[in-house]
Amino acid sequence: MAEYHLTTPLTDDDVLKLQAGDRVYLTGVIYTARDAAHKRLLNLIEKGEPLPVDLAGQIIYYVGPTPAKPGKVIGSAGPTTSYRMDSLTVPLLEKGLKGMIGKGKRSAEIREALQKYNSVYFGAIGGAAALISKCVKKVEIIAYEDLGPEAIRRLEVENLPVVVANDCHGNDVYQEAIKKYKKQ
Amino acid sequence: MKTIEYQRIVDTVAKLCMKANMHLNNDVLTAFQASYDNEESEVGKEVLEKLIENAKIASQEEVAMCQDTGVAVCFVEVGQDLVIADGELEKAIAEGVRKGYQEGYLRKSMCHPFTRKNTGDNTPPVIHTRVVPGDNLKITVAPKGGGSENMSALKMLTPAQGKKGIIDFVVKTVEEAGPNPCPPIVVGVGIGGNFERCAFLAKKSLLRPLDEENSDPELREMEKEILERINNLGIGPQGFGGRTTALAVHIEMEPCHIASLPVAVNINCHAARHAEAVL
Repeated sequence: MAEYHLTTPLTDDDVLKLQAGDRVYLTGVIYTARDAAHKRLLNLIEKGEPLPVDLAGQIIYYVGPTPAKPGKVIGSAGPTTSYRMDSLTVPLLEKGLKGMIGKGKRSAEIREALQKYNSVYFGAIGGAAALISKCVKKVEIIAYEDLGPEAIRRLEVENLPVVVANDCHGNDVYQEAIKKYKKQ
Repeated sequence: MKTIEYQRIVDTVAKLCMKANMHLNNDVLTAFQASYDNEESEVGKEVLEKLIENAKIASQEEVAMCQDTGVAVCFVEVGQDLVIADGELEKAIAEGVRKGYQEGYLRKSMCHPFTRKNTGDNTPPVIHTRVVPGDNLKITVAPKGGGSENMSALKMLTPAQGKKGIIDFVVKTVEEAGPNPCPPIVVGVGIGGNFERCAFLAKKSLLRPLDEENSDPELREMEKEILERINNLGIGPQGFGGRTTALAVHIEMEPCHIASLPVAVNINCHAARHAEAVL
């Protein structure tokens, strides 16, 4: 398993070289969105209206952070479970989304879509929210402030540690893990 | 007759909400360390190490250990000789949740089921009240995250399915959940009662400290067997593979109807959070 330091936005070559299980440290801008924000983005796409952010090459982090304490950039900010976004993801991949960060497994449909759209799904450590927040250097709400923790935020991150969970070649870290460690 | 003032309950609940979300109890930290020592998988070890580091940061900086600061589940034991002055108990608890989540910079996660509009203050809490002898008021706040709650399940088994049916159902529920509920998990199992009672028992079992054995020898053996089967699944920390899928299995059991064998599996993530106070 390889280790990479990648800077966003991601290129096709960045994504192509990644294999499930690789450790990646991400630096640059990423965007937050979870359940409610996804629904709004899809509504805009359905209506043919522009999105609040150009998704080409970008990464969406499934997170709803806690409010920041005074003097802190962001509150605790670990990943939420990704499967809830499965039915809301393909239209975003069509818009050029290159990566997603969350936790837990994705549907077969999404794993296939990652191959088709040359995109990648990263797993972060669920529950390591105080630790992960240290990687966030700047935060700005860019859309849907009324959604509170579910608003879309632009984060500037440094060396955010993630694992490639699903690569663009059809591999799945969770399935491989069970193959390797399951005892009958 | 002992009197407890409304405001004292509010302040206590507020403190418990913050304490539970910021300071992971030692029994969980000890379980992390023991799992780290036994874990074969390199990435599994790495995850456990980061969870220990995360708990330290959260405690030192007094921030939430997880951004999902949960539904505020409150277990309340009300002594029957007690008087609550200046207001209603349930309102005091809700106000305490409101205050604790606001002052502790905890996330407000409660919303309308259809519109998804956030209630803005993490109320309403889920309150389980029990009237007990004496004049104490015992409050336990157990914030419960959505990711692991979503992977929980309830099944009305037939009596013929028996213990084997129960064990298979618990293991299958954990296997299907896979990486989603943030393993290493704590598995709460409620057996018996009826439909809603077994779900309550499963939740209540999660309050038991991880280093405390089940007082019933038969259930203790069953917990061990289920834990072994779960940790043989290979899911591992965060589902990245390894030996540590669950830190513990806890069972609570009560008699049930002759036609039924209700079983509920309430999965808790590794942040097995709860804090209690006795007034």
